[in-house]
Amino acid sequence: MANASPVFVRREMVAAQPAPPGATGATYWLRTKLFATPKDIVLTLLAIALIVYIVPGMIEWLFIHASWTGENRAACATIAQGGVLPDGQSGACWAFIGAKFQQFIFGRYPFDERWRPLLVMALFVILLIPMLLPKVPYKGWNALALFIILPIVAFFLLIGGSFGLPYVETPLWGGLMVTLILSFFGITVSLPFGIVLALGRRSELPVIKMLCVIFIEVIRGIPLITVLFMASVMLPLFLPDGWTFDKLLRALIGVSIFSSAYMAEVIRGGLQVIPKGQFEGADSLGLSYWQKMRLIILPQAIKLVIPGIVNTFIGLFKDTSLVSIIGMFDLLGIVTLNQSDANWSTPVTPVTGYVFAGFIFWLFCFGMSRYSAFMERHLDTAHQR
Amino acid sequence: MAGMALNSDTPHTKKASSLIYDPKARGIFYQVLTVALLVLFVWTIAQNTIHNLQRANIASGFAFLKGRAGFDIGQSLIAYSSDSTYGRALVVGILNTLQVAIIGIITASIVGFIVGIARLSKNWLIAKLAQVYVEVFRNIPPLLVIFFWYKGVLTILPQARDSLHLPLGSYLNNRGLFVPTPILGAGTWMMLVALLIGIVCTVVIARWAKKRQMRTGQPFHTVWTGIALIVGLPLVTFLALGSPITFDFPIAGKFNLTGGSVLGPEFMSLYLALSFYTAAFIAEIVRAGIRSVPKGQTEAANALGLRSNAVTRLIVLPQALRIIIPPLTSQYLNLTKNSSLAVAVGFSDVVAIGGTMLNQTGQAVEIVALWLVIYLSISVSTAIFMNWFNTKMALVER
Repeated sequence: MANASPVFVRREMVAAQPAPPGATGATYWLRTKLFATPKDIVLTLLAIALIVYIVPGMIEWLFIHASWTGENRAACATIAQGGVLPDGQSGACWAFIGAKFQQFIFGRYPFDERWRPLLVMALFVILLIPMLLPKVPYKGWNALALFIILPIVAFFLLIGGSFGLPYVETPLWGGLMVTLILSFFGITVSLPFGIVLALGRRSELPVIKMLCVIFIEVIRGIPLITVLFMASVMLPLFLPDGWTFDKLLRALIGVSIFSSAYMAEVIRGGLQVIPKGQFEGADSLGLSYWQKMRLIILPQAIKLVIPGIVNTFIGLFKDTSLVSIIGMFDLLGIVTLNQSDANWSTPVTPVTGYVFAGFIFWLFCFGMSRYSAFMERHLDTAHQR
Repeated sequence: MAGMALNSDTPHTKKASSLIYDPKARGIFYQVLTVALLVLFVWTIAQNTIHNLQRANIASGFAFLKGRAGFDIGQSLIAYSSDSTYGRALVVGILNTLQVAIIGIITASIVGFIVGIARLSKNWLIAKLAQVYVEVFRNIPPLLVIFFWYKGVLTILPQARDSLHLPLGSYLNNRGLFVPTPILGAGTWMMLVALLIGIVCTVVIARWAKKRQMRTGQPFHTVWTGIALIVGLPLVTFLALGSPITFDFPIAGKFNLTGGSVLGPEFMSLYLALSFYTAAFIAEIVRAGIRSVPKGQTEAANALGLRSNAVTRLIVLPQALRIIIPPLTSQYLNLTKNSSLAVAVGFSDVVAIGGTMLNQTGQAVEIVALWLVIYLSISVSTAIFMNWFNTKMALVER
């Protein structure tokens, strides 16, 4: 037996056989993905018809017939409307966006001072990027700088009036700047308040629990616009004589109250999935309530709900557009305002403005939702056993 | 800590420290403190408010609801004129909110379910189209969609004299959608009775069919029978009575249309925007719900020889619905709340009318309280209904 040497031992794997003919390539893909069954053939043809019906017209309107340059409405209006374009031609008026672009970003912020919002934006991006990347260390310090130091610095930079900077009153602020300020401030305030409310809702003290439940459910039960109306008409009533609130501050308070209630529910979701053993373990170590929450429970719970927090932020970012209803000029508000500019009023101006604003909103929200999906995958693998 | 523990040996400090370290006593103390602070806060606010209201000479209380409103409302489901009371204006607002919310919910559910199922289609093109739809609408503020429809699309529609003629005698122009109004003639109630009989018969037949299928395994075409009964019976009555319902068609005049009823551009833009916006979210919920049904369920059903239609209807959907219903409820509530964006385009919903009343009377506290009560009752009743539906659909465990 020992001498019997095998005649043949295969030393390498057999090469993979090519797929059977007709099971690869474009034809196969077409056959299985588009024309698998008679029903699929009908659906595919319908879809192609829909695309052919919509897309060429859209491209023509957005790009081919669009007016890219111009000083006033003449560039975008047809001859019958007092412009230069041939009658019957309709295309986007990008010249309008070009002329108003700075206003859409900064509102009526003084021209010479626009480096200030730009600087704040740059600081924000510099602090945000390491915060978003899971691998970068020092998250605690980063969060401190982003959520506490940056808002303070940004406030003094933007409003001015000290350190030799000219004072810029808030009614001059506008555009994308206000949208970003509102949503960032809203999320910064709502995180701590949301945590407190969520803890309160799970508290064993009945009075505190009841108060938190009432607050959360009432705010979640009413539309944001009523909260904003409340902030803008009722806050002045609540204050003693002679005190006034800035309009922006009122909107900030309204947005913060609203998002705190939603944030509380997101964080409660995280608290609920922390196993009971973690609470008991912390108790048995002799940690106090706040030590237990700060060191054991919240770090786990918040990490779990990061996608939820980002989703709340997306919702908040979209909802800030509502402040245009109470007379503030965020991105949507200032786009709407500029449409009534007689210098630019043509039938295509409103649509162009909304397409532009929609694209900006979409870009931000889509980016954030991609990030949320990435975090979800990232956290998912970390928790697999 | 150690020092304090040693000190607590003396009887006097022992009592004090045991109170401080007694969780129950501390709990009570914190709660009393919270309540006291809250009462102080509310009291200060109330004092300031009363003072400010007196200074501005604004009345308080709900007596203003009986006063003459004095403003017109574009679209109203009940009789209303500017001589009506504020209370009636508010009712008009509530009805308008409910109208746009209910029609919006129905449309959003239909579109959402179709798009959600399309996203899971094996057909690549259909799945991609549905995905583009969802990603576009989900990431744009609803207010922008409303404005887009209102200022971008509906107001650049042709003028009244070149109205677009739609099927069923409807017209579309920049003043809105003109649709025929049904005029209910004598004997309409008979059709209603026929409809009721149809529904009752369907329910009875469905029960009988289910029982028989449980006993003998013989299926029965409940759906077709039901449709025949519910649609057929009123139709037969309609024909037998010699068509009691006539329609008041809009007639194109030189400058405007007369007759029929009109759905203004404000309503249309709000309704379209809310439906398409919410449908994107519902589509995602439906997709997640269907995806959550394990593949083994479909495979087992296929192995039993069920057809693909029956697999979806009997196996996948009932299980998916359990996942779908709770988030669907919150989407319905979101749509209802988002209908308050009506104020941006001037559709007279409850917030818009409340806002007008607020400007006229200045009674902010009362009107905000009314808003709270109205929205909270809508939220609570929707939640109760959906919870009932949810328990009905929930898994009956052995």
